[in-house]
Amino acid sequence: MNENIAIIRFPGSNCEFDVEEAINRIGAHARIVWHHEHDLEGFDGVIIPGGFAHGDYLRCGAIARFSPVMEAVASLAELGGPVLGICNGFQVLTEAGLLPGALMRNAGMRFVCETVTVEVASNRSALTAEVAAGTRLRLPVNHGEGNYICDAETLSEIESSGQVVLRYANNPNGSLNDIAGITNRTGNIVGLMPHPERAFDLVVGSADGVPLLRSFVHSVEAFAKCRVVVGQV
Amino acid sequence: MNFDVSVLVRGVEGIADPEGRTVERALGALGFAGASSVRVGKVINLCLSADDTESARVEVEEMCDRLLANPVIERYEITIVPTKTS
Repeated sequence: MNENIAIIRFPGSNCEFDVEEAINRIGAHARIVWHHEHDLEGFDGVIIPGGFAHGDYLRCGAIARFSPVMEAVASLAELGGPVLGICNGFQVLTEAGLLPGALMRNAGMRFVCETVTVEVASNRSALTAEVAAGTRLRLPVNHGEGNYICDAETLSEIESSGQVVLRYANNPNGSLNDIAGITNRTGNIVGLMPHPERAFDLVVGSADGVPLLRSFVHSVEAFAKCRVVVGQV
Repeated sequence: MNFDVSVLVRGVEGIADPEGRTVERALGALGFAGASSVRVGKVINLCLSADDTESARVEVEEMCDRLLANPVIERYEITIVPTKTS
């Protein structure tokens, strides 16, 4: 069993087992990795799960970005390795500068915990590559700081280059341009506030997270093959 | 030298501050009808040992840029005073 997807666990992470279960159900193999690890040798993809890393002290993700493992995450991302941040993981990726913008307190101070409809806005990312733009998905959200913001220049850049990958049909948190998820210029780093791992079976209300996670898993497999061909360690 | 440092972190002007608005409504509900433009920020106090005020300022600015504030959504103000010795 080749466990080549690392799920990073910080003190305060709480969705790592859900992510592991969802990834395993897709037929891939993930292993939970403690944030003190310095290298991610043997891993071809990374998922930063939801929760409250380091208690969300100071700002969500502000302390987590300095965890030792984050340098290894940035190195893998630099090589083109798929990196996915879900909810708190998205906040960590923006604080780390791996994704543009920031996530602020929800409009109206309202913590949102419900299943919402999102639309795939672009399929040029590791998470959405196999889902057609325009597809509507039902996914759970569960956050107090999901209000995406960035400066006007960044917004026009991410909008024009297809880096906005998911949009809310009914904005639950005040997010700029209804943004629910974004990617970097090369499409291998993705962050989203909704939880695809909690929508893995109709038994839990929706299976709409499966095509997204499957797409991510296939992106990891493609990167792993490409690495072997190129001869990287 | 030892310095008492205070860093005031607040949201960028023009960006919605839902916490400030909520506090403003609560103040209004208490009868403080004249209170407006309420903004909520945070204060981080620390003691710092440095050669002089200028080098202390340089170090605290680096702390702010790297950790204490997020430049996308926040601005900071630094106050540095020599620690009083009794």
